[in-house]
Amino acid sequence: MTKHTLSVLVENKPGVLARVAGLFSRRAFNIHSLAVGQTEHPEISRITVVVDVDELPLEQVTKQLNKLVHVLKIVELERDRSVQRDLLLVKVRADARQRTDVLQIVDLFRAHIVDVSTDSVVIEAVGTPDKLEALLAALAPHDVREIVQSGTVAIGRGARSITERALDRVATA
Amino acid sequence: MAQVQAKPGVPASRIARQAPSVPTLARPTPQSNPDPALNGVEMTGAEAIIRSLECAGATDVFGIPGGAILPTYDPLMDSSKLRHVLVRHEQGAGHAAQGYAHATGKVGVCIATSGPGATNLVTPIADANMDSIPMVAITGQVGAAMIGTDAFQEADIVGITAPITKHNVLVTDPAEIPAAIAEAFYIASHGRPGPVLVDIAKSAQQAKTTFQWPGRIELPGFNAGVRPHQKTVQEAARLLATARRPVLYVGGGVIRAGAAAGLRKLTDLSGAAVVTTLMARGALPDSHPQHLGMPGMHGTVPAVAALQKADLIVALGARFDDRVTGNLDSFAPHATIVHADIDPAEIGKNRAVDVPIVGDLKEVFDALVPALAHEHQRYGKPDLEAWWAQLDDWRTTYALGYTPTHDGLSSPQHVIQRLGQLNDPESTIYTSGVGQHQMWASQFIKYERPNTWINSGGLGTMGFSVPAAMGAQVGQPDQTVWAIDGDGCFQMTNQELVTCAINEIPIKVALINNSSLGMVRQWQTLFYEGRYSNTDLHTGHGTRRVPDFVKLAEAMGCVGLRCESDADVDATIKRANEIDDQPVVVDFTVSRDAMVWPMVAAGTSNDEIQYAQGIAPKWDRED
Repeated sequence: MTKHTLSVLVENKPGVLARVAGLFSRRAFNIHSLAVGQTEHPEISRITVVVDVDELPLEQVTKQLNKLVHVLKIVELERDRSVQRDLLLVKVRADARQRTDVLQIVDLFRAHIVDVSTDSVVIEAVGTPDKLEALLAALAPHDVREIVQSGTVAIGRGARSITERALDRVATA
Repeated sequence: MAQVQAKPGVPASRIARQAPSVPTLARPTPQSNPDPALNGVEMTGAEAIIRSLECAGATDVFGIPGGAILPTYDPLMDSSKLRHVLVRHEQGAGHAAQGYAHATGKVGVCIATSGPGATNLVTPIADANMDSIPMVAITGQVGAAMIGTDAFQEADIVGITAPITKHNVLVTDPAEIPAAIAEAFYIASHGRPGPVLVDIAKSAQQAKTTFQWPGRIELPGFNAGVRPHQKTVQEAARLLATARRPVLYVGGGVIRAGAAAGLRKLTDLSGAAVVTTLMARGALPDSHPQHLGMPGMHGTVPAVAALQKADLIVALGARFDDRVTGNLDSFAPHATIVHADIDPAEIGKNRAVDVPIVGDLKEVFDALVPALAHEHQRYGKPDLEAWWAQLDDWRTTYALGYTPTHDGLSSPQHVIQRLGQLNDPESTIYTSGVGQHQMWASQFIKYERPNTWINSGGLGTMGFSVPAAMGAQVGQPDQTVWAIDGDGCFQMTNQELVTCAINEIPIKVALINNSSLGMVRQWQTLFYEGRYSNTDLHTGHGTRRVPDFVKLAEAMGCVGLRCESDADVDATIKRANEIDDQPVVVDFTVSRDAMVWPMVAAGTSNDEIQYAQGIAPKWDRED
């Protein structure tokens, strides 16, 4: 099985996220991550789903998703032709002694400290899942207290927009 | 950036020959009947529901009132356009709406209250979803302010039915009621038909609103269908013109599309063998010489064998269901597959497809028939003589039949066969439950018209028969409607005979009473060493007869008849046919040992079909 990143443009209607997520689970697909938010058009939301799935079942689930009345468009974003990012927040216990080590790792990964207290820091990092995984590996020797991670969001490289035509359809409807 | 699939169509990567499709223009709902004078009129949400149903063209609805739908039942009382049939259980309302939709081609409508009323609709909704039946379910919901508080009779019916509806919606604003109902009818009847549920909060039914019927349907994410692509149609025509062993594998989609006439033309022009699935019986007359009968688990040997040996299968509104294909890996190993369906998700779902055609089957036939005529000019008519010699040999050697039972009781197959022979196929509709009687009714009755065989195919809902017959009879009052039922099925939904008696819906029930859950018993005979765990129903010959179906029928205001021997079968059927002002139940007490043959055991290859118990066809003889 391979990981696929799907951008699903949906009408911003109640229950639409549950319908999309439900369809994946109903057809026994494992959702790796899911992120949802508004687009440039307030009536359209964009769901980014990362799924572990083979090519043929992916085609089937895509067709089934397309049958949902509130789904406007589905686009697969290929890794090398899109920008894909996760957001990671990590709380690390770091007193004065350990803080230099931790800060060094933060600099190395171009992450940020977004909260400091006497014995802990909160690190914010944005990147590909690979980079974030490497950051967590580097922090592993330290006392990591809490991790929270967003789902992947992704956008295609270049000038083309995938929302344009979907927007037209909503506008003309 | 690879576009997986912009609606509509099929991904280019996997199906190279599928070119972009052209969206069909949205059509108004066939039965739609808006009244412009209503727009701008102030009324309650409840009245808006009734006016909306009328505008959508509904004339008959099935339901039961209850707390959360009570406001709507008040204006319903004064409606001159809506006939409401008060059922005895919401499941009956749902199946009646299905039977109505199936028999008429219109959208079936059922109404229930919140909570248990709504959850009782779950089975018919799931059934309609599996068998692509256009249906709109209206349910009351607790007041908007109480939603989410575990209020009395509250159930999240939109959440519950999301996986089994084509679409559903909760309405809390009375102003949205007309559009929600207009859209529900539109979605239910356009593209691949299916059930749509509209859940309406009691507070929205009670509040005042200004009625506004939508001028047009605004559903940017919904595709009513696409025109079949000419290139793939041409390729299908070329294959049909050049195949040596072609089979048209006809599914229920042909009936839903109202495309039987087109199928007839393609059949006649192509000379191909035709098989009609359980959902498609009647799509091509059984009397047509190219018709081999039903394929699948209990299909005819020639129909199953034709698919297995075919070099070309043209699937038309069929979905390669496991009950048709048997073990998928060994299904039709030599066949090139053309698959035409209005639902792109069906293409390639179970079996890889060589030529996909996405579109309304009526339009597919309109394009395919002239394309085939054109290909005939190019290649000449195909030589199918050897194919038909083989098919005819199978037909003669493995004709559909049955062996009389040894216990002296009637053979259920005989009863059903006589029922088919003594009723005019031009004026009779049959419904059935699920199990042995269903298979025999599909096998031994000869169907000559579409929409005259109504059964629960995909979901396999026991108890479907009586309420579906009620709905069919309401939709087709001039037809004779026979519900063929089993003693197991009948005990699940027979209360709707009360509805039939009170409302003068004179259906006839042929109760094939073998005193057991017959199909399960058959599997216990074949696969569980005859250990009959919990399949004895004590309703038949030589038992306590609990219940006594004749008395039960009479108690429900119907005529009850009993027939216990082959000698009486004809006279009893004739007697039942003479009664047209009351429902009739005939308790045909039959042998419990009869089994449904032929049979492909679940999960095995179609090549393993048994003609009768222990008798496998000899393929090598013909090969």
